[in-house]
Amino acid sequence: MSARVVHCAVGPDVIDPVDVLSRVGSDEDGAALLFVGVVRNHADGRPVSGMRYDAYAEMARKELASIAHEAAQRLGTDRVAVEHRTGELSIGDVSVAIAVSSPHRAESFDAARYVIEEIKKRLPVWKKEHYDDGSDGWVEGTVPPGTGRRVPAMPDAEVEG
Amino acid sequence: MTLSVNTLFFASYRDLVGASTLEVELSEGATVGDLVDELRRRGAPFDALPEEPAVAVNQTYALLDEPLGPGDEVAFIPPVAGG
Repeated sequence: MSARVVHCAVGPDVIDPVDVLSRVGSDEDGAALLFVGVVRNHADGRPVSGMRYDAYAEMARKELASIAHEAAQRLGTDRVAVEHRTGELSIGDVSVAIAVSSPHRAESFDAARYVIEEIKKRLPVWKKEHYDDGSDGWVEGTVPPGTGRRVPAMPDAEVEG
Repeated sequence: MTLSVNTLFFASYRDLVGASTLEVELSEGATVGDLVDELRRRGAPFDALPEEPAVAVNQTYALLDEPLGPGDEVAFIPPVAGG
């Protein structure tokens, strides 16, 4: 089954979570879920004054579309909408919004969680925290799967004769 | 015979290298790993890149023994931190 996805975006435009939520939902759906990621004012006990999001934009759009399609398969509906913002953000700004809907709630919770966790694992996006003392630093990230030195060695296959 | 690829550096790797793009000439049949080795052999600042960085070839994540072709776009991907 191929899943269609309602909406995917990566870019500098301000995210309106209500707009993202309004893109999902149907008369069949008894559950609609909205997840919003927000810039907070602290990191590891250190006061933070803002955050810059950099992206490999063309790849991030493709990767986010893949994640959304995988989520749609789990969800069993095509009602997935997701936006990720780039550029300079202030405390309280929305960095990511994910909306899904499905006939029952379990699939929506599962699919929304899947999207945010996969974003953190795979989306080529980086953030630089600006600290209150005027310094800044790249946030420590996650090495994406499917990268590294070489293809894992395959065990010797028995040749059937 | 040589092939030319376009390398991209993002975030902390861009800060490290001091450039966001770089064209690199490689021998025919070179892999992503050969590209990494070639850059690191050039010394500073490239030798500060990891020996086994995450990369994407033409916007798809790739292992380091993936072969490269002429004009490929090879992005060096620091650990990601979206969300």
